[in-house]
Parts: sequence; structure tokens; C-alpha cells
Amino acid sequence: MKKQTKFEELAFEAAFAQLEEIVGKLEAGDLPLDDALALFEQGQKLAAYCSAKLDEAELKVQKLSPSGATSPFDLDEAR
Amino acid sequence: MTVGDLTRYIRELFEVDYRLQDIWVEGEVSGVTRHTSGHIYFTLKDSSAQIACVMWKTVAPMHGELIVHGRQIVAHGKVSVYETRGQYQLYVDRVQPKGLGDLHAQFELLKSRLESEGLFAPERKRPLPEFPHRIGLVTSPTGAVIRDICNVLARRWPLVEVVLAPTQVQGEDAPPQIVAALNALYRRDDLDLIIVARGGGSLEDLWAFNDERVARKMAESPVPVVSGVGHETDFTIADFVADVRAPTPSAAAELITPDRAELVTQLTGLRTRLTAAMADTLQRRRTALESQMRALVHFSPETRLINWRQRTDDLMMQATLGISHLLQLRRERLTGLEARLGALNPLAVLQRGYAVVRRDGQLVRSISQVNRGDQLAVRVSDGEFGATAT
Repeated sequence: MKKQTKFEELAFEAAFAQLEEIVGKLEAGDLPLDDALALFEQGQKLAAYCSAKLDEAELKVQKLSPSGATSPFDLDEAR
Repeated sequence: MTVGDLTRYIRELFEVDYRLQDIWVEGEVSGVTRHTSGHIYFTLKDSSAQIACVMWKTVAPMHGELIVHGRQIVAHGKVSVYETRGQYQLYVDRVQPKGLGDLHAQFELLKSRLESEGLFAPERKRPLPEFPHRIGLVTSPTGAVIRDICNVLARRWPLVEVVLAPTQVQGEDAPPQIVAALNALYRRDDLDLIIVARGGGSLEDLWAFNDERVARKMAESPVPVVSGVGHETDFTIADFVADVRAPTPSAAAELITPDRAELVTQLTGLRTRLTAAMADTLQRRRTALESQMRALVHFSPETRLINWRQRTDDLMMQATLGISHLLQLRRERLTGLEARLGALNPLAVLQRGYAVVRRDGQLVRSISQVNRGDQLAVRVSDGEFGATAT
């Protein structure tokens, strides 16, 4: 069986694209059962991962100083 | 070709050039002639060149007063050819005094200059990435704009990281600060795009975004730039030079991000399809398996055994039936034979009083077999005794 991609390292859109591809392959439906099951499992993980990314993400804002250094920017500063 | 044909041809060359038909020109007024017809003829010049100008009497009452020898003006109009004299000239329909007082004319001047340099060219415009990871933001670190933008981003696409390059967005210091902020962002190589934003205000308030330094710096950007300056109706030079113009700062934030809600919907759809596809795959396998199993059962030795067993049972039953029938028949014949045998039993005859007489073991059936004095054996029902014939 193919080595599974470590999607923990994937960007959201890459994981999303992989999920789309897996669904497409499964829907084509001409895979050996073992491969189908492996893909399904991978697809479930990717879907959960994408959902979690969307649910858990929190906007990060950095402030850039003239020197090029960044520091966290608190939106409350903007009041 | 006549001179008239040639001159008309030349005039048409001027008139098909759209830039020459809508142009702002700055220069110094000289050689003013106010004709009795009401038209004004003059020359606009600078240190290197001059152009003949005419202002028709229909616009002269509104705009003619600035046409004074030695005056610096910005004139708007179109360039064409006065065929009678074979002379090209500027047909002026609007005039503004030159100087900071007239922002609109300055705006138009800078716009046409940068446009002629190709800074606004459609082929310069770059597409925005579909999923931005890190974006630069040039705006004021205080006020509604930064909050609005961050709110939109947090709602739609919180996966993005914002690098804020804070700057003043109003006043004389604003243009160099905006340029410095852009420079600071350009030194990074991890940005997907840059937003340049400012909230609404008067033309003067927005003026930093009509600054040539800002415009040129924006044009240098290594990544796509999105402008979100002022309200929907405000157009700044920054808008023209940006890769994409958003009508407002919030709109800029919306424009650069995919919509989380929509992605959640898409994701739900993909999950459903994933499960359905797997269920379908399994169901098809199951159906195939079941039909194979049916075939297998049909041909299995066990099935054959069952069949044979049943046939055996059938035969056994048939055999049992046959045998009992046979036995019955035999029994009936036996009874018949017994009855007949009983009837033939000689003892039964003896009991009725008959006797059997033998001589020398021979049954005596006739008197001719016996002579006087012969010893005879007489058998009666319960025994035998001897006798002598007389």
C-alpha cells in the first residue's frame, strides 16, 4: 500500500484538494477493496483535519516594525 | 492627393487617438487673443515646447478668466487640426489654476501621466491567490479600518496571518510613510499579497493615495496589491495602479479570502460523498459476494450430500413400503397355506376315529395287501398298537 501522506503538515487547501481527489477516485469505483478502504480512511482523516482547521483557526495579526521585526498585534490597540 | 485630403487624413489621425481627445495639459499662458466672436485664442507653453489653443465662446464665460498672459494653468480638452491653417491645436473646454489648490486637476494629470507609462495596463494586473496564507496590510494601526478588515478575515478566513505595516494614512507625512511601509513588506518573501487600505474621507483626506511616490512604489510590488481606499465612489491613483481595486477596506478583505462558511458546506458535501462512495463500494462487493456464495452453496459437496441423503430417504421409504406390502402378501398366503395344511393333517382325521394301518411299514390301502396271520401296525390319534390279520 502507498505510504500515507502526513497531512498534519499540509496547508488547508492541499488537504482539501486531496480530499476532493479521494472522493473522485472512490466514486469512480473501480478500486481493489483494500485500496478503497485505505482511501476512505485517509479521506475521513483529511475531512476531519480540514474541519478542525476551519473550526479552530484564529486570526493572527503581527505588527511589522521599521527594522523588519514583528510583534503580536492586539486588535484592542486599534481602539 | 490634394492638400485638403492630406490635412483631413492628418486630422483623423489625431481624432482616432482617444488620449488626445480627453487630456489635461499644464503650462503657461501666452499670446492671448480675445476675438470679437467670443472665442479666445492663446498659446500654452513650457520651457521646451508650445501648443496653440482655442477656447470657444460657449465655454469662455465659465473658464476664460484664467486665460491671462503669464498664468500657470492646467487645461483640459482635445487635440485636433485646424485644417484651414494646417495647424494642430488644443480645443480647451476646462481650465484649472495650477497649484495645490486644484487637487482634481493634479489627480487627472498624474493619472494620465502614469497611464501613458503603462502603470495601469491590464496586462500588469496579477490574479489573487485563492487561499492566501500571509498577507501584508498597509494601513493605520488605529481606527475602524484595521478592525473591520480583521473582523472580516476572522469571520471568512482565519487561517490567514496578517502582517501589519502601520502607517499614517493622512497628511503630509503619509506618502513617505506608506512608501516605507510598502518597502518593509517588500523585503519579506513570505507574503501572498498586500492590502493598501484607508477609510472614507474627503478628497484631501484621501490625498496620500493620489501621491505619485505611493503609486510608483505600489507598482513595484513583488506580490499582487489590493487597494481598498475610501468609499465605493472614491477612485484614487492607488486604485488604478493596484492589481485589484476593492471599493472599501472591508471589501478588500472579503475579496482576497475564500468564505469559510462556503467551505464548511463544501466540506460537508465531500464527507457525504466520501461515505456514500464507500458504502456503495462495500455494497457492490457484498452483492457480488452473495451471488458467489449462492453459486458456491449450489455446487458444494454438502448440497450434493443433502440431495443424496434425500434420495436415499426416498428410496428407503419406498423400499419399506414395498417390503411391508410384500410381507403382508406373504402373511396372507401363509395363513391360507396354514388353513389348507390344517385341513390336510392326518392326525386330525385320526382324531375323528380313523386309523392308519401299515404292514412292514407300507400303508395298507387295499385288502389285497394283507394275508391271514400278517402282523399289522395300527396308528390311532394318540398312539400305535399291533394287530394280527384274521
